Amino acid sequence: MKRRSVIPVMALITAAILLFFFLNILLGSVSIPARSVLNIMLGTGNEDIIWQNIIFKSRIPQALTAIVAGAGLSVSGLIMQTVFRNPLAGPSVLGICSGASLGVAFVVLLSGSIGGMALSRMGMAGELAMTIGAVAGALAVMALIVYVSQRVKGNVTLLIIGVMIGYIANAIIGVLKFFSVEEDIRAFVVWGLGSFARVSGDQMVLFVCTMAVILPFSALLAKTLNLMLLGDAYSRNLGLDIKRARLFTISYSGILIAIVTAYCGPISFLGLAVPHLCRSLFRTNDHRILTPACILVGALFALTCNLIARMPGFEGALPVNSITALVGAPIVISVLFRKRQNDTSE
Amino acid sequence: MNTKEIIRLSSLCTGYKSKVVSNGINASLNSGQLTCLLGPNGAGKSTLLRTLSAFQPPLSGQIEILGKPLQSYSDKELSTLIGVVLTERIDVRNMTVHDLIGLGRSPYTGFWGNLSNHDAQLVDSAMEMVGIQEFKERMIQTLSDGERQKVMIAKALAQETPIIFLDEPTAFLDYPSKVEIMQLLYKLSHESGKTIFMSTHDLELALQISDTIWLLDKEHGLVTGTPEDLTIDQSLQKFFVRKGISFHAESEQFRIENECSRTVSLESDPTLQELVRKALQRNGISIANESEIRIIARLIDGKPHFSVQNSSTLQVHEADSFESMLSLL
Repeated sequence: MKRRSVIPVMALITAAILLFFFLNILLGSVSIPARSVLNIMLGTGNEDIIWQNIIFKSRIPQALTAIVAGAGLSVSGLIMQTVFRNPLAGPSVLGICSGASLGVAFVVLLSGSIGGMALSRMGMAGELAMTIGAVAGALAVMALIVYVSQRVKGNVTLLIIGVMIGYIANAIIGVLKFFSVEEDIRAFVVWGLGSFARVSGDQMVLFVCTMAVILPFSALLAKTLNLMLLGDAYSRNLGLDIKRARLFTISYSGILIAIVTAYCGPISFLGLAVPHLCRSLFRTNDHRILTPACILVGALFALTCNLIARMPGFEGALPVNSITALVGAPIVISVLFRKRQNDTSE
Repeated sequence: MNTKEIIRLSSLCTGYKSKVVSNGINASLNSGQLTCLLGPNGAGKSTLLRTLSAFQPPLSGQIEILGKPLQSYSDKELSTLIGVVLTERIDVRNMTVHDLIGLGRSPYTGFWGNLSNHDAQLVDSAMEMVGIQEFKERMIQTLSDGERQKVMIAKALAQETPIIFLDEPTAFLDYPSKVEIMQLLYKLSHESGKTIFMSTHDLELALQISDTIWLLDKEHGLVTGTPEDLTIDQSLQKFFVRKGISFHAESEQFRIENECSRTVSLESDPTLQELVRKALQRNGISIANESEIRIIARLIDGKPHFSVQNSSTLQVHEADSFESMLSLL
């Protein structure tokens, strides 16, 4: 693809995001006519208060959550794939997702057995506790990874350590589950399914605003990431402070993952698939193009998955994780296949 | 030639925590010169280059660049001082040759890394110098190893550093490209006064084109000098002559020696002399003044003509090509 067609394609994706955003608001288990939806959104006319509640308290928050979560995970996936120079790197690989899960597991599973009260009965306070648990867990693992990254030379070593941390976290979760009450285990499993629907009200506003502030910072990393593509020695020779670059990039993507996972649960495949999709769509590895592309395509991807999960018949019961994997895996596979063919034919 | 000492190594010891690779290196590199580092595999050439590029610290000793110790430079300062071309194969997909060479301008570009017109011009002229203009829009993953190597050399040129270190830049190239690259590096060093230091295994090319040779191996340490001085003082012989390799000092050429079990005497046109010698040598036959078998080689109308005489059987055979001559023996 020629450089000059980048902007029209981005505009097209943006238009698609708007369309899918509207579709996300229009479609759902309760059918609301398009005219009424428009009226409600514009604040005109006297529409049913129940419909208004559905739109404002459920569908719009869900769509906004999907947008920022999709964008955040995609950008962090892109950064990880570049930093570790590994096409299979993604949010879940470095164990940061597992760290978040561990944090939530501590909060959810131990509250019942130690506090003597199932967290799932605590309502709002319980939700908040889970969020804090997820952020704390994710940041703890991330701090560990950053610490290790300053001391370990190769990226592959770091990747392996990340995967190992993931295993350890999952093992501890297994132990915690053993000591927990059934009710809490179910709450934990439900969190683990991942959902854009759980975030509501004030928390949604906080989540969306935080992400809206953090995401633009990804643009500042473009030059650093482009240099990192060349590998440690070359990028260092071109004036890049490798240690600092790793610290910044890994922390940044770690924070993105921590926040998204805290609010939405572990969403798989999105962060892995979208960067590949963007690379093959724009035929470039230039992060000045890829970063905004990942934000847009990630948002669109998440909106699409969210829409499919709510298709008539599923009634919102389908976990979004299944959709991301069902849509994401074929994308990754087809991208890899096309890569192979390009290599042999060129 | 207007040269100046740019880099000085004093009692430098390179290697890793657990293992010393080379010890007691004293030498200097001059501007306006092409210096080639020669040595067998595992001699520590790459380690020395990595140490000079500040990718790994020296175990002991000093590296001074322009009178200041290497460690006192920041990564940022070094990026405009030293450009490197490494043996490591860069694994980037979906990046055009132009964009990759453009990354060589990173030390000078702004926050976003956008190329100015001046930068773009330098990228173009770097491509032109290396002769890869036609690859401009090709993706890196579609290039052959040799083409990639040229791209990385262009990157180092675009970086506009007074010093360039290259680790086996000619390794994957075909012979004409090897010569081309060596000549380019020679020209760059002499015309723009750059200090160019490269390791290579292309012994004879290096001896022909470089101003200074550094010989490095485990046994002898580092020996430096012009190719001619190293020939006269027998250093080249000491480093490379083994069983089966001989060094021909006048032509600065290394020759492969076979064990010769037979001898023939030869009378030949001067133009054919060397070719016949080589063909016989390859077949384990050396030339002697007196022998039972005598070969007379003549060049008639541009075609070789051989007559092979056996003095004991008094037989004479004729041949009109090297192949049939060799089959007679």
